[in-house]
Amino acid sequence: MSMMTAHEVDEERHSHPSDAQYIAIAAILAVITAAEVSVYYINFFKDSFIATVAALIPMMIAKFALVAAFFMHLRFDNKLFRAVFLTGIILAVTVYMVVLFTFHVFAH
Amino acid sequence: MTDIAVPTHEPKPGEHGWTQTGVSNEKLGMWVFLGSECLLFGGLISTYLLYKNTAVKGPVPHQLYDIPFTSVSSFVLLMSSMTMVLALSALQRDDHQRCRLWLVTTALLGATFISGQVYEFTSFVKEGMGYTTNTASSAFYTLTGFHGVHVSLGIVMLMSLFMMSLRGRLPKERSEVVEIVGLYWHFVDVVWILIFTVVYLIP
Repeated sequence: MSMMTAHEVDEERHSHPSDAQYIAIAAILAVITAAEVSVYYINFFKDSFIATVAALIPMMIAKFALVAAFFMHLRFDNKLFRAVFLTGIILAVTVYMVVLFTFHVFAH
Repeated sequence: MTDIAVPTHEPKPGEHGWTQTGVSNEKLGMWVFLGSECLLFGGLISTYLLYKNTAVKGPVPHQLYDIPFTSVSSFVLLMSSMTMVLALSALQRDDHQRCRLWLVTTALLGATFISGQVYEFTSFVKEGMGYTTNTASSAFYTLTGFHGVHVSLGIVMLMSLFMMSLRGRLPKERSEVVEIVGLYWHFVDVVWILIFTVVYLIP
């Protein structure tokens, strides 16, 4: 039987966010989604493809990271889960970027 | 800080619950599955990007998108992730009634999203963009259709959890089952976050 200090037990008990924090994260996600749609709709960057992509991709990554870190508990859970999931993501991004560059998708 | 020693019940080798890695095998299995799903959806998104500008006849998906409608669908799916995590949180507090409420809410939000997708597909077909109209439409329907199938399977899992809870077969001690289904549901949500931006919003 292993032993834990009272501090460690307390830390483990409070490692997951509270309901209020989950709702706050959902509100942040909703705001980012609204910002994404605004960028598309208001034509904020005057039809500049590069500027639009540069604005949308960081917002998409932020939403992805918030859901993975807080709702999927990757921030609080064992690091092995993070490693397994990141391996899948990195492998997929690498393989398909090579494919898309090979087929000159980003050429024009 | 008081350093009072509190005993914990970590299983020893051979005991029930012991694993080589020190983490739950079921949860690790779900994470490995989700890692492999990244490759599946990566392939489908790449195929769409490859073909989206190669159509020689018929309307292409980006001429028909109804962005306000899809934005509402995306919002609905995002909120279902919140209700899913609230269901898990309720079960961990031993609040079964609230857990069931959030599970049903999540399933209903998922069903709303699927209804929206059916409506979108129907309107696209009426506009003349069928599955085999051109390569762009095939790639679009395959990608979003695969995602829709994943959401539908998630709804089946959520309703199974609801039935288990009703029959008293989902005690607080088995909250990991809800957590594992929740991981799948959140993954389906993050995939839609990618699809919404890459397929719908980027011109």
